[in-house]
Amino acid sequence: MRNPFLGALLALTLVLAPPAGASTDAEAASAARATAKSTADHAAFKVLQQPFKSGPEVTRACLTCHTEAAKQVHKSKHWTWEFLNPETQQRLGKKHVINNFCTAVPSNYEFCTACHVGYGWKDEKFDFTSQENVDCLVCHDTTGTYRKVPGLAGHPPYKDMEFPPKSGRIAKAPDLGKVARAVGKSSRDTCGACHFLGGGGDAVKHGDLDTSLKKPGKYLDVHMAKDGLNFTCGTCHMTSGHDVPGSRYGVTVAKSDAARMHMRGRAEGNPATCESCHGDKPHKARQADRLNSHATKLACQTCHIPEFARAQPTKMKWDWSTAGKMDEKGKPFKLKDSSGHESYDSRKGDFSYESNVIPTYVWFNGEVQYTLRETKLDPSKVVEINRFEGSPDDGKSKVWPIKRFVGKQPYDIGNNQLVVFHTYGQDDSALWSNFNWDKAIEYGMREIGAEYSGKFAFVSTEMSWPITHMVAPKADALACRQCHAAPGRLDNVPGLYIPGRHGNALMDLAGWSLAGLTLLGVLGHGAGRIFASRKAKAREGEGK
Amino acid sequence: MSERIYIFKGFERFWHWAQAGLILFMLVTGFEVHGSYKLFGFENAVDYHTIAAWTLVGLWCFAIFWHFTTGEWRQYIPTFDKVTDMIKFYAIGIFTQAPHPYHVNPQRKHNPLQRLAYLGILAVAGPVIWVTGWFYLFYDKWNEWGWDAFLSLEWVAFFHTLAAFVFLLFVIAHVYLTTTGHTPLAHIKAMITGWEKVD
Repeated sequence: MRNPFLGALLALTLVLAPPAGASTDAEAASAARATAKSTADHAAFKVLQQPFKSGPEVTRACLTCHTEAAKQVHKSKHWTWEFLNPETQQRLGKKHVINNFCTAVPSNYEFCTACHVGYGWKDEKFDFTSQENVDCLVCHDTTGTYRKVPGLAGHPPYKDMEFPPKSGRIAKAPDLGKVARAVGKSSRDTCGACHFLGGGGDAVKHGDLDTSLKKPGKYLDVHMAKDGLNFTCGTCHMTSGHDVPGSRYGVTVAKSDAARMHMRGRAEGNPATCESCHGDKPHKARQADRLNSHATKLACQTCHIPEFARAQPTKMKWDWSTAGKMDEKGKPFKLKDSSGHESYDSRKGDFSYESNVIPTYVWFNGEVQYTLRETKLDPSKVVEINRFEGSPDDGKSKVWPIKRFVGKQPYDIGNNQLVVFHTYGQDDSALWSNFNWDKAIEYGMREIGAEYSGKFAFVSTEMSWPITHMVAPKADALACRQCHAAPGRLDNVPGLYIPGRHGNALMDLAGWSLAGLTLLGVLGHGAGRIFASRKAKAREGEGK
Repeated sequence: MSERIYIFKGFERFWHWAQAGLILFMLVTGFEVHGSYKLFGFENAVDYHTIAAWTLVGLWCFAIFWHFTTGEWRQYIPTFDKVTDMIKFYAIGIFTQAPHPYHVNPQRKHNPLQRLAYLGILAVAGPVIWVTGWFYLFYDKWNEWGWDAFLSLEWVAFFHTLAAFVFLLFVIAHVYLTTTGHTPLAHIKAMITGWEKVD
C-alpha cells in the first residue's frame, strides 16, 4: 500500500467495525428505521404543545394540518356504524343490526360508543357531520395510555375514575398532550382495543381475534408472529384514506378468478384476502396440483385455520333468558367456570366458553342475509341472526369455516320481531340497574320509535362469524385424513364427493358380501376336495 | 407316465408375479383410500396407490408389446368348447378324482374357463379400472381441460370401486383355482419355474 496512513486507517476501521448481526445493533437499527420512515416528528409541532382538556380539542389541533382526515373518517364504517349491503339492500352495521351478544346499540349509546371513533355519541341526536368529534387518538395512539371507557359516550376519562364501577380498579385519565405528541400508525394495540374485546370482553366475540394476537407465537398466527413476519392488522387491511378494507359485512370469497381477484398493486379488489398475496395456486410442494384444485372449492381458511380460539377460549353461547337471578342477599352475582371464565352474570345470563373449537363448515358465496329488527321471525325455529348464503353449484361459493354462536334473547311475541332493549343507563329502566325486562324493552323500543306489543318471550338464536384470522403455519394445516377419514370434518357439507367418506354404501355392501361369499365358496369347495380325496384314499387302502 | 412341458416363459412369469404383487397392493391401498379401513394413513395410501398405478402402467407397456410380438395374445381368444366340461369338472369330477377334461400345451396354456375369465378381466374390468383410474389421477386437470362438464368424481369413483371389487373377486377365485392342479401346488410351481407336469 502506497500510503501507510490510509492503510492504518483501513485496518482500524476493520477492527472497530461491529460484528454483523449483533442483536442490540439490529434492534437499534430497526427502531431507527421505524422512526426514519416518518417525515414528521409530532413532538416538534407547536400546535400540539398545549395542555389539552378534551378529545375534540386534540382533534381540532390535528385538523390544522390533516385537513381532509375527518372527512375521510366520516365515510368509514368506523364512524357511521352503518353499511348498506349493495346486493341485499339491507341496512346493516352496528347502528342497525341486532346480534345475539349485547344485542343492540340504540338506547345504549353512551356505553357502546366507547368503541366509536368519535366523541359524544350519547343518543340519536349525535352530529355525524362534526369534524372535531372524530377521535384521532383512539387509532393513532402509540403510548398505550389512551383508553376509552364505556359510559362516557366515546370520551376517554378526563379524571381518574373507578371502572368498572365498584371494581376497585382505576381507569386513569390519559395525558392528552403527551398522547397527541406521540401519534403514529395504528397498531395491533389500537385496532385490538376494540376488535380483540368485541362482545364485551377479551376473545368473547370472534374466536379468531383476541389479545393473544398482540404477541402471538408462530403456531397461533404465522403472519403476525413477532419472531416471524410480524404483520400488523394493517398489513392485510391495507388502509388508504382511512378506508379500511376487509369486512365481514361484505366478505370477499375470492372464488378463483384471476380477473376479479385483487392483487397488490391493483386499485380494485379487497387486499385483505389470502389470494391477494398468495394467488389462486399457492401450493408448491408435495401434491401441489391436488391441493391447488382443492382450493377451487375450499376457502384457504378451511384447511389453514385448523381450529379457532387456539390461545384462549371464546364465548360460544349466551342465554339472556336466565338474567336477573339474585343471591340470598338479593344482590346480583357472577359465577365462573372451572377455567375461570364467566359462566353466569345476573346482568347478562348464562354463558359458555370453549377453546380449540373445530369450526362449522358451510358453502359461502360472500352474501349474508340478516334477521333485522323489522324481519318477521318464526319463534318455533332457531332464528338465524345472519345466514351465510352459498351452495355447491352456484359457481361462486367455497366451503368456509365459521364460528356458530348460539343464544336466547327477547323478542316481541305480539309482532314476532326481535326487540331492542335498554341495558345501560343512569335511569330506572336499564336492565343492568333494575333487572326489569318489561321496562328495559319498552324503553329500548320507544327510543328507536318501534312498535312493541308489550309482551315478550325468549327465542333461540344463532349467529355465524367467518373464521379468517389466526392462520396456522403450513405444518399445522389440516391433514388429508381430517376430511378423508372418519370422522371427516366435511362429512355434513352437501355437494361434495370426498374419497374415503362418500363411497356408495350399497355397492360396498354388495361388494364385500360377494367377496365374503366367494371366499366361503372356495373354502367350502376346498374342504370338499380334501374330504373326497381322503375318502378315496381310504377306499384304496381297503382295496389293497 | 407324466412328462414335463415348458408352458410359461421368463417374461410371462415375471409379468405375472409383478402384476400380482401390484394388484394386491393396489387393492389394499385402494380400499383404504375408499375408506374401508385404516392401514397406512390416507395420504400415504394415496401416494402408494399412485406409485403402484404408474408402475403397473409401465409393466403393461412391456406386457402388451410382448403379447403382440410373440403372438401370445391368441391365448385369450375365447372359446366355449369344453366350457361345460370344465364346469362339470369343478362341480363334480374334482370330488370323484375324475381326470381333468383339459390338457394344456404351450399353444393353448389356458383352459376355456381361464380364457373367458382372463379375457373378462383384461378386456372389461381392466379397461374400466384403467380409464377411471386415469380420470382420478388427472382430477386436478379436469377444470383446465374442460372435463368438468361431463365427468363427476362420484361416478368415476363408483366405477373404479366397482371394477376393484371385480378384481378382488377374481383374485380370491384365481388364487383358489391354482390349487386345483394334480397336486395343490402344481400350478403355482409351473408359474414359478415355467414347467408344468402333464399326464
